[in-house]
Amino acid sequence: MPDQLLFAIEVTLNGLMAGVLYSLVALGFVLIFKASGVFNYAQGVMALFAAMTLVGIQKGQVPFSHLINSILGTDLHYFGWHIPALIAIVLTAGVMVLFAWIVERFVLKHLVNQPDIILFMATIGLTYFMEGFGDLMWGPDLKKLDVGLAQGGSLWIEEHTAFLGGDGFYGFFIDKLDIAATVVAALLVTALIMFSQYTKQGRAMRAVADDHQAALSVGISLRFIWVLVWSVAGFVALVAGIMWGAKSGVQFSLSLIALKALPVLMLGGFTSIPGAIVGGLIIGVGEKLFEFSVGPLIGGATENWFAYVLALLFLVFRPQGLFGEKIIERV
Amino acid sequence: MSETAKAQTLLEVNNIEVIYNHVILVLKGVSLKVPKGGITALLGGNGAGKSTTLKSISNLLRSERGEVTKGTIQYRGEDISTLSPAALVRRGVIQVMEGRHCFEHLTVEENLMTGAYTRGDGRGAVDTDLQMVYDYFPRLKERRKSQAGYTSGGEQQMIAIGRALMSKPETILLDEPSMGLAPQLVEEIFAIVKNLNEKEGATFLLAEQNTNVALRFAHYGYILESGRVVMDGPAADLRENPDVKEFYLGMSDEGRKSFRDVRSYRRRKRWLA
Repeated sequence: MPDQLLFAIEVTLNGLMAGVLYSLVALGFVLIFKASGVFNYAQGVMALFAAMTLVGIQKGQVPFSHLINSILGTDLHYFGWHIPALIAIVLTAGVMVLFAWIVERFVLKHLVNQPDIILFMATIGLTYFMEGFGDLMWGPDLKKLDVGLAQGGSLWIEEHTAFLGGDGFYGFFIDKLDIAATVVAALLVTALIMFSQYTKQGRAMRAVADDHQAALSVGISLRFIWVLVWSVAGFVALVAGIMWGAKSGVQFSLSLIALKALPVLMLGGFTSIPGAIVGGLIIGVGEKLFEFSVGPLIGGATENWFAYVLALLFLVFRPQGLFGEKIIERV
Repeated sequence: MSETAKAQTLLEVNNIEVIYNHVILVLKGVSLKVPKGGITALLGGNGAGKSTTLKSISNLLRSERGEVTKGTIQYRGEDISTLSPAALVRRGVIQVMEGRHCFEHLTVEENLMTGAYTRGDGRGAVDTDLQMVYDYFPRLKERRKSQAGYTSGGEQQMIAIGRALMSKPETILLDEPSMGLAPQLVEEIFAIVKNLNEKEGATFLLAEQNTNVALRFAHYGYILESGRVVMDGPAADLRENPDVKEFYLGMSDEGRKSFRDVRSYRRRKRWLA
């Protein structure tokens, strides 16, 4: 096979892996948007907060240590224990459930029946609050997240694909972490779909998404469903936070991946779980391939805008996205 | 009829006043009683306060920024004005909302199953009730796998009623079941309501603009006009009442009048002041 083609395949594969991470972030948006019609701007910062909490718990960091130390004049930093990754993940998931409950109790509950834009503004407020709160709780420094996932290129894949090309080709370079992310994302999506299709609470969630008045009338508690949805979205944020955090460290820029999720949502549709996945993959592959093929001709750095232009095209020709729920109109 | 008159009063609404958005006074003292095992009709034109009365009972009012500011609502002697809709459904009071409100993207069967959300009596009992609903509405069984959004208006009304039945209710608040349906379907729906009332012993409080049909199927009726009860009585009496005939059934001693005459006459004449 010609080397150019092999490189294109490698780029595609890497694009798919990057796309999986976009999908993970987009998923959280879809969940909340479906259930409450709210575009949750805070989804990205939730991923950051979850990752910070995970690192903090794992390392036994004392929360609010800076604040405590400056008030009490103490010198606390670490509890001095080290918690295994799995337990830390479970504890962090618990924190995200608590967070969902707090958001419902102190924000959403008071905004029932307000126009969507007000709820959207509330999530923007929430974003900046959490950004500061996360820093206050765990410190603003760059943290390294290690939950024991393998990292670095897979030698095995390189060795077993090297024969495809000539002397200049050393096999496909694929990060092990990306493979792990793909597997985890696949499991997560399967679990989410099973939950929403085959359980009573999942059905109630979809009912609320369709018509919250009617859901109320059959005795579904909106407040409970909201806590549930935000908890699930928090868990998805945690998974996204782990993957992104392991890849590039836990830092403020993590919260900006939320912006990358926007074009994914426009492509896949705001209301579709499969849409978020496929949209993420298309954006991931699309921007890598575009950079690979067209980038050199126009001076590169196309990854910054390619996704948005693609999304714009979709908005013009298919506003509900690839898989968005058709707006049912009976005549 | 004497039997239902003596029957236990399930629901008692006592002189309630409802205000929307803190300023708009919609109900100005409505009182009514719903006996166990009866079909009670709330009649009146647009904006008379029928839906608001039902929503203040089921407590869906709060989600529309409405509030009961005066009066009491009791179910089986218990004050229910502060209970959540979910708590009321558990006590056996459920509302079928005006305009059907199906879950469009759920299948017909999933729609029905959401009605059983509050139940904790096991799969078996729920499945039995699902079969019962399908027996009453065989058309729903045919379409159980299709998305509710693509079913016809009549079928959606059946879904809405069937969904309420799935909660194993004692009292069903039925809001405007005839809305937007062909006359033949209206008859069909009301016949099923009557059937449910007689065979399953379900108590109905229904709000309806179609006075003619409602009075044929109901046992007792209340007539609301701009937030007040202006007349009430057994359905048979209301049907014969000359004023009701004149204003709501479009008939008078001189025979049927054209709609325009009825309207202008109605504006001129004040009644039951």
